[in-house]
Amino acid sequence: MLLSVRDLRSAFFLDEGELWAVDGISFDVDIGETVGLVGESGCGKTIVAHSILDLIPYPGRVVSGRVMFDGRDLMRASTEEMRRVRGGGIGIVFQEAAAALNPVYRIGDQIADVLQLHRGMNKQQAWKETVRVLGEMGIPEPEKRAKSYPFELSGGMKQRVMIAIAIAGRPKLLIADEPTTALDLTVQAEITDLLEHIQEQYRMAILIISHDLEMVAEMSDRLMVMYTGRLIEMGHTRDLLASPEHPYTKGLLAAIPQLGAGSDVPLEGIPGAVPDLLDLPAGCTFHPRCPLADADCEVEPPPIKTVGYGRECACYKVRMQT
Amino acid sequence: MRPDDAERRVRNRAWLPGLGHMSLGRWGRGIRLTLFTLAVVLLMAWRWDRFFGAFSTPFFDRWVASVFLILLLAGAVWYSRWDVGRILSDGGDGKPGKSPWKVAMRRFSENRLAVYSIYLILFFYAAAILAPILAPYDPAAIPDVMTNRYLPPSWVHPFGTDEFGRDLFSRALYGARVSLSVGFLAMIIAKTVGTIYGAVSAYFGGIVDAILMRILDVWFAFPTFYLMLMLVGVFEASLLMLVLILGFTAWPGTARFIRGEILSLKNQQFTEAARAIGLPAHQIILKHLIPSALSPVLVTAALAVAGMIGAEAGLSFLGLGIRPPTPSWGNMVSAGSDNLLNAWWVAFFPGGLLTLTLISFSLLADGLRDALDPKALMQKYV
Amino acid sequence: MLKYIAKRLLLSVPLVLAIVTATFFMAHLAPGDPMDMYLEPQRQRQVDPEVIELLRKKYGLDQPIHVQYVTWLKNVAQGDFGESFRHRRPVKDMLVEAVPYTLQLTFLAIVLDALFGISLGIISAVKQYSKLDKTVTIGSLIIYAMPSFWLALMLIMVFSVNLGWFPTSQTRSMNYEDLTMIGKMLDRAWHLVLPVFVMGIAGAAGTARYMRSRLLEVLNEEYITAARARGFREKTVIMKHALRNAMIPIVTIYGMSLPFLLGGATIIETIFAWPGMGRMTVSAVGGRDYPIIMATVMIAAVLTVLGNLLADITYAAVDPRVSYDAPRRR
Repeated sequence: MLLSVRDLRSAFFLDEGELWAVDGISFDVDIGETVGLVGESGCGKTIVAHSILDLIPYPGRVVSGRVMFDGRDLMRASTEEMRRVRGGGIGIVFQEAAAALNPVYRIGDQIADVLQLHRGMNKQQAWKETVRVLGEMGIPEPEKRAKSYPFELSGGMKQRVMIAIAIAGRPKLLIADEPTTALDLTVQAEITDLLEHIQEQYRMAILIISHDLEMVAEMSDRLMVMYTGRLIEMGHTRDLLASPEHPYTKGLLAAIPQLGAGSDVPLEGIPGAVPDLLDLPAGCTFHPRCPLADADCEVEPPPIKTVGYGRECACYKVRMQT
Repeated sequence: MRPDDAERRVRNRAWLPGLGHMSLGRWGRGIRLTLFTLAVVLLMAWRWDRFFGAFSTPFFDRWVASVFLILLLAGAVWYSRWDVGRILSDGGDGKPGKSPWKVAMRRFSENRLAVYSIYLILFFYAAAILAPILAPYDPAAIPDVMTNRYLPPSWVHPFGTDEFGRDLFSRALYGARVSLSVGFLAMIIAKTVGTIYGAVSAYFGGIVDAILMRILDVWFAFPTFYLMLMLVGVFEASLLMLVLILGFTAWPGTARFIRGEILSLKNQQFTEAARAIGLPAHQIILKHLIPSALSPVLVTAALAVAGMIGAEAGLSFLGLGIRPPTPSWGNMVSAGSDNLLNAWWVAFFPGGLLTLTLISFSLLADGLRDALDPKALMQKYV
Repeated sequence: MLKYIAKRLLLSVPLVLAIVTATFFMAHLAPGDPMDMYLEPQRQRQVDPEVIELLRKKYGLDQPIHVQYVTWLKNVAQGDFGESFRHRRPVKDMLVEAVPYTLQLTFLAIVLDALFGISLGIISAVKQYSKLDKTVTIGSLIIYAMPSFWLALMLIMVFSVNLGWFPTSQTRSMNYEDLTMIGKMLDRAWHLVLPVFVMGIAGAAGTARYMRSRLLEVLNEEYITAARARGFREKTVIMKHALRNAMIPIVTIYGMSLPFLLGGATIIETIFAWPGMGRMTVSAVGGRDYPIIMATVMIAAVLTVLGNLLADITYAAVDPRVSYDAPRRR
């Protein structure tokens, strides 16, 4: 198993209280597989990614848990080891490419730096490889483009550069955080194609994080659904989409508008709103909005348990499939 | 006892500032109010002759001091009654306001440094207004010089005496009046002139705007302090002239800012939206300009007062601003610089007061900026 | 870029002209007869009215104001700022004498300011919330808010008067002429320490505050987290990735300090009896010596204009996003 996360807990210690952004998450990612992590904005998906790489800024921090990557527990790794994993073992594509690129350095330099750091190249080798990689990313005139600054690039191109930087160190796992959110639809398709291409090419595992269910569903072998910092359902993609178990997952899927459906088909939402993470309901955090909830659900948050082949779900009302 | 009776008793108690709050359990506020009122009353009693006697003298500033003291007392009583009434009807500090003002006020009051700064500033200004009542000695009176000159700080003379034997504490109080009021008035002038200039320029646009802005550029090119120096050299440095000079050197900044705000408002989408529903131009400007421009104007106003006070102090120190014998913190420091070895207190205290004042305004500006910053309002977690 | 510079320089000509004009008219706003001011040093003596008339003719004060103005313009263009009323010397000569003294102070002060201010600001930001950070924050606030003359006096009191480490004023000691060459240099340096220190510390306080807040801002940006995620050492992240961005406005501000070089030491020079431009201006203001006042104010204003230009150029040179050239076709 390439990545094995067990019971990860990360919190922000604010004046207003403790905000548990990630509250006991466990999952695996195997070599070469694509796992999708979905959920609404603010459910903690990005924090999971940042926790794995220990990038949470003060006043937050990773409180407990184990993150086994390539045989090593990252939570107990030294600073040196961690540095090598970042970019070399695990690469991360950030949410907003525009903000994640240093505005005062040329993009070619930013890629070349990573090459020099993780692949031990010298300046010339790194530059040559940079140009090659830019071409591979589908950027026209890579020689010239490498000398550009981020502000000169379009959104799609910036995203490609981000991906180039992330894979420059030949990581075994690529975490893609909302890779298509800021882009036009046509560009989105190009990016997902690109991701699939590099996955094949470099045998990378991908952890793709997004609130765009359809995009993630297309790319992933397995799917994980998050709600208020907890994993509430996990399973093989096709299976999960066809027969979701958790009421929240069902609600999410039902809420997706169908292209081509008539205008008289009502849009279905989930009643209520996502609770404030500083003020979570007791027991199962979804119970105020859940059609199946009863008194049992208000005491303790349900543990996630296996309910079928390759399927886990955290709900008291879901029975094991036989 | 019926609840109405209980309420009425509390309200009656509120005539004595602090008592009402204390009987409602608001000990913090109650004690502070009581102490404040006691201080005012004690001051009146201690200096009864001066306080009461002011009304039979022709000196305007003594009237002001006495009336101010009365106002303080009345204000304490009024606040006590009003706040108690509000607590009784709302059951708290009102509904947790979501309006930007309420949010800003709350954020500001949570910033302890900023709150202390405002207290200090208000205290200094109050002391300055009350100088005729507070000052133990006449700042201009020269006693027996030989026995009184250059006395170090003591109970009798908290700040010591200067080379003429004058009590420096009293002089510092009167110096506060000059320094603090010049600073404040100069800021008001600068902000007002600047706003009008900028607004006119933006409103008319076109060639009027172009000409006015060119004039502004020329004005801006002169470094502030040098401009002040020159104007002080050209005109007589009376108090009024000094205020005008200080005010007139500082208005360009505000003018440019206000003009920028109005121009950007003209172009922004919500202006179009407002016009689409038929709002007349000046209403758009007023309703939208004030909220967005108010925050930076307030922050820069606080900084401007500090700057003006500093400028007046600098000019007076150089002998070009307020001239002795009228005390100003600046010229008091200058007088003290002649004899640092033997009489350090002459320069130390006025300068120290200046520093405290400037620090407070700086912290106040920081506090305002933090409280009114819209970005910070939304900053929670990643 | 060169075209831009040329354009800006060209555009500054009318501005400079306007500055010169404004100075002229401001000075002549003064109530009273300029002749009175000229004669002020000798007010005690009664001057013969005929002599007054002669003097008036000599200084062209009998001409109508627009003629005076044109004469003034012509003279200024040639660098002739007239003659000081009090010292009866050409202002130009006095300026040439005074400027080096001021430059000694201000230049060294800026160096001190930059060295201390920037490094303290960086350390303070990197070690946020530490004791050092708190000390720097509070200390710089106090020093920044303090009136410079008070800071100077307090330091003089401690270091000069009480400890006797440094001289209280002047540029050189009484026995300067008797010293050896090295002795002379050391003596000058010794006298420079306190005034430069005062100015430098006051400036450093402001710089440190700004540098700290700027660096903190940058450190919060997403691209810094991204840099960490690439595996770079924290030192590299700060020194290479963050600093380059944080320094942009600061470098620009230093570009603006051109007027400071000549005018920023007014108060310090007065306290330390330093014969520079600042003290010259102050005593000129006190003595109503218009030619000097006009000359210094004008020079200060022109330097401000040039300083702005320098700041803009520096900004474009340092921030790749800013360019004054016509947009290139992609």
